[in-house]
Amino acid sequence: MSEVSQNGGPLIEVRELRKYFPIRKGLMQREVARVHAVDGVSFAVQEGETLGLVGESGCGKSTLGRTIVRLYEPTAGQIIFQGHPIEGHGARQLRPLRREMQMVFQDPYASLNPRKRVGSIVGDPLKIHHLGNKKERKARVEELLETVGLSPEHFNRFPHEFSGGQRQRIGIARALALRPKLIVADEPVSALDVSIQSQMLNLLEDLQNEFQLTYIFIAHDLGVVRHVSDRIAVMYLGRIVEMSPAEELYVRPIMPYTEALLSAVPVPDPDLAAKRERIVLEGDVPSPINPPAGCRFHPRCRYATQVCAEVEPPLVEYGNGHLAACHHPLNVDSALATAAAGSTAGS
Amino acid sequence: MAELLLDVRNLKAHFATEDGVVKAVDGVSFELERGKVLGIVGESGSGKSVTAMTVMGLTRDVNSRFGGEVLYKGKDLLKVSDAEMQQYRGAEIGMIFQDPMTSLNPVYRIGEQIEEAIRAHEKVDKRVARSRSVELLRQVGIPNPESRVDDFPHQFSGGMRQRAMIAMALSCNPAVLIADEPTTALDVTIQAQIIELIDRLKDDFNSAVILITHDLGVVADIADEIIVMYAGTVVERAATRDLFYDPLMPYTWGLLGSIPRLDRPRPDRLHSIKGSPPSLITLPQGCAFRPRCPHAFDRCMEQPTLESHVDPPTHLDRCWLDVEYKRSHRADTISGRTEAA
Repeated sequence: MSEVSQNGGPLIEVRELRKYFPIRKGLMQREVARVHAVDGVSFAVQEGETLGLVGESGCGKSTLGRTIVRLYEPTAGQIIFQGHPIEGHGARQLRPLRREMQMVFQDPYASLNPRKRVGSIVGDPLKIHHLGNKKERKARVEELLETVGLSPEHFNRFPHEFSGGQRQRIGIARALALRPKLIVADEPVSALDVSIQSQMLNLLEDLQNEFQLTYIFIAHDLGVVRHVSDRIAVMYLGRIVEMSPAEELYVRPIMPYTEALLSAVPVPDPDLAAKRERIVLEGDVPSPINPPAGCRFHPRCRYATQVCAEVEPPLVEYGNGHLAACHHPLNVDSALATAAAGSTAGS
Repeated sequence: MAELLLDVRNLKAHFATEDGVVKAVDGVSFELERGKVLGIVGESGSGKSVTAMTVMGLTRDVNSRFGGEVLYKGKDLLKVSDAEMQQYRGAEIGMIFQDPMTSLNPVYRIGEQIEEAIRAHEKVDKRVARSRSVELLRQVGIPNPESRVDDFPHQFSGGMRQRAMIAMALSCNPAVLIADEPTTALDVTIQAQIIELIDRLKDDFNSAVILITHDLGVVADIADEIIVMYAGTVVERAATRDLFYDPLMPYTWGLLGSIPRLDRPRPDRLHSIKGSPPSLITLPQGCAFRPRCPHAFDRCMEQPTLESHVDPPTHLDRCWLDVEYKRSHRADTISGRTEAA
């Protein structure tokens, strides 16, 4: 990793992070199985960087985001924030950290309390952390509303008086209230119209420049992710299967799953759309209760061979910070593939 | 020329509310021939869903007022009785709704819901209806349909639920299929599957499709013709290629520019249409898009009409700007370089 933040390390790093959800049955609520939502994920995000996290529904990207901000208890692995491990922190120890990490949620309808006014939705984080008196808090909320493109007069309104795009702005204002360093944005634009989506992406970009924010941006649409990310991690069934600098991923996808995701993004150009090969992935993501053996993508992969069903490919470096986990890497010449296979990166 | 199935002429749907009359649809016209796909594109609140629901007779209410004609095979659906409308709805015109989570009944099995649709229109016994349900589920690509037919909606994934919805809409072999944002709630990979499925089934069932979406990218390779709606009216209408390669309405440019594109270098900023759509109770004077249009000038205070300004004459738009001016300025707007109003 090239950039180094003030204290010499990444802002946040996760190592071999796992989050399993138990499935309980029967009178004794015995654990009968586990959902392997996040199953050994490692990465680091530098200060001021945006890491895009992409994958289909059920790949564990939202669980990962929530585990990082400690809304979920991790099952195993480490979360290191500003050089300190925080995976074992209790509620009291976490409280000061909550000011540094905030979240923007997907659904602008469900994530705002309909019985609270905008003023208290955005201002409550300040109150909880005992910041300022009532007057100062009000001034701060009005300032925040202006920052996200709303007007200070909206202070006393209720969420139902706003459109989807405006509600998402309220959600962003709430996340900014405590001047966090890290914002985990979980599909912040996928519930919005394309025209509003672009307003929101531009806003997030402006805020990042203004407040030196670090983003973990979760989405299923590679078109949206490309626009905001410096680096992109592709997730499948709880694992990162490819990670690369943003532009490189689009020019040179290595993992067949990434190739398929890219080809699924619609192109607003009829001639190009007709010419373009669209790889339609059959079926859905398999159950994370019993992930397939070997490469987890092999049942849906068009390049899969015997080895894919038996051996799980490690995440290997292909140069330029580009990692991928695949037995049949695409867009890689054979010399590089052999060299990469020899040195196992990742972990 | 293929058979003309649907001929909508100057359709209006106004709703009386406490705050005033909402002119949700205000003069929309289009034709749909067998085997064709019509795309209706616009933002939330542009009237595209109300247009579709009015064609289906789903907006009838004491507070609704309709105008114009909805001619299905020559018969005006706005004039038929509610009971008669039941004969058309589902059997002749099928509809797929946006949200497959809420449009299926959670307490009935998938199969029961499809059988109900079949038996509402045809006198068949339960066994026949059930085997047809299984067959329909197979056609829409549900694996192992013999057992999945007895599943409840919560046992299906989002994509499978939308497939089940499509199976239900196709159960009586309708001539027209209306899909209202069928993929908005779904992942891009599943979106690609569903769009491909709709395109294939259109040929298998020899029907016509109206595809409603807010994303021009979705209709690019499936639609034959596209109408762009804004504030209850059509602002541009053209064959798909003409719309994408010669877009004439600044609103269409805004929609095109909003899409983060994979086929072009990443721009510094995405184009975004400023503000939000106007209230349908009090529209701005003149062109409804004027307050958000970066190219508005004096004449936009007058209401433009939807007419042909270019070749081919089937390409209509509602804008006062000179065609040459538009052709030389649109690239800047679409790429986000024109910010100032």
